[in-house]
Amino acid sequence: MKATVLVRPKEGILDPQGQAVTDSLRQLGFAITDARIGRVIDVEIDDSDRAGARATLERMCEQLLANPLIESYEIVLRENGT
Amino acid sequence: MTLPRPRIGVVQFPGSNDDRDALWALAALDAEAIPVWHATTELPELSAVVLPGGFSYGDYLRCGAIARFSPAMAAVAAFADAGGLVLGICNGFQILCEAGLLPGVFRPNESLTFVCRDVRLRVERTDTAFTARCAENQQLVIPVKHGEGCWFADQDLYDELEARSQIVLRYDEAVNGSVHDVAGVVNERGNVMGLMPHPEHAVDPLLGSADGALVLASLVDAAREQALASV
Repeated sequence: MKATVLVRPKEGILDPQGQAVTDSLRQLGFAITDARIGRVIDVEIDDSDRAGARATLERMCEQLLANPLIESYEIVLRENGT
Repeated sequence: MTLPRPRIGVVQFPGSNDDRDALWALAALDAEAIPVWHATTELPELSAVVLPGGFSYGDYLRCGAIARFSPAMAAVAAFADAGGLVLGICNGFQILCEAGLLPGVFRPNESLTFVCRDVRLRVERTDTAFTARCAENQQLVIPVKHGEGCWFADQDLYDELEARSQIVLRYDEAVNGSVHDVAGVVNERGNVMGLMPHPEHAVDPLLGSADGALVLASLVDAAREQALASV
């Protein structure tokens, strides 16, 4: 099964990269109010059971992929090949 | 009578680059400094451990996030749990935070630029194993060199740390955007400390400052006491 893990800086956490991108987009004339920068991790996991895969991915996020003090995560499961 | 030289281990991770300076500085301050390889599962007989600066595992994912799972870190956590003295410098501080041995977490510098210069610090506590040689409220000049030194704790956590006097060092100038200019933190028990500035780069006036020696010599003193107590 393929999965995508999205890791984002939590609300209220200083995100200087996002701030720099916000400023640049505004300079280019885009009327945006905010941009935040996170991280995308594509994972292939040898588990066809969605619930099992999700539980495993949750453990990955808690232990390593995200730091719960500053980051939130979202797990998106996809069927094989999509 | 000559004082015994306490044995202090410096853990070498792949990507550490201040390990040799730490070994040199500790030896210059009368410790028996020995390297400890990251893959080791058991520490040798030590009176203190130093986690040096650098870019362990390329700083991939988050600084220190991967090093914290190295075999040596399990041994360091057990050592700290038993009351052993552990000092994390820069990347070592980041590793200790990721490992949960110290509170807080690191973010990229507010400026988004790498900061590499001498900075002024204020010593907030002198009753720790890492600052006993400093004077109350003393100003130290010690260099920093980091891209992700912006220490963060939310307000609740910060208030708790402040109430327990766990903030040991504070920048006396704007450096990286750390909340309340925190530069060094100790754990509640007082045996684990981390700081972003590099005391090992400031142990001799020839290097521009000898203020870092106050921190490292405090650690050597405390390690010596531990060694004598365990005889």
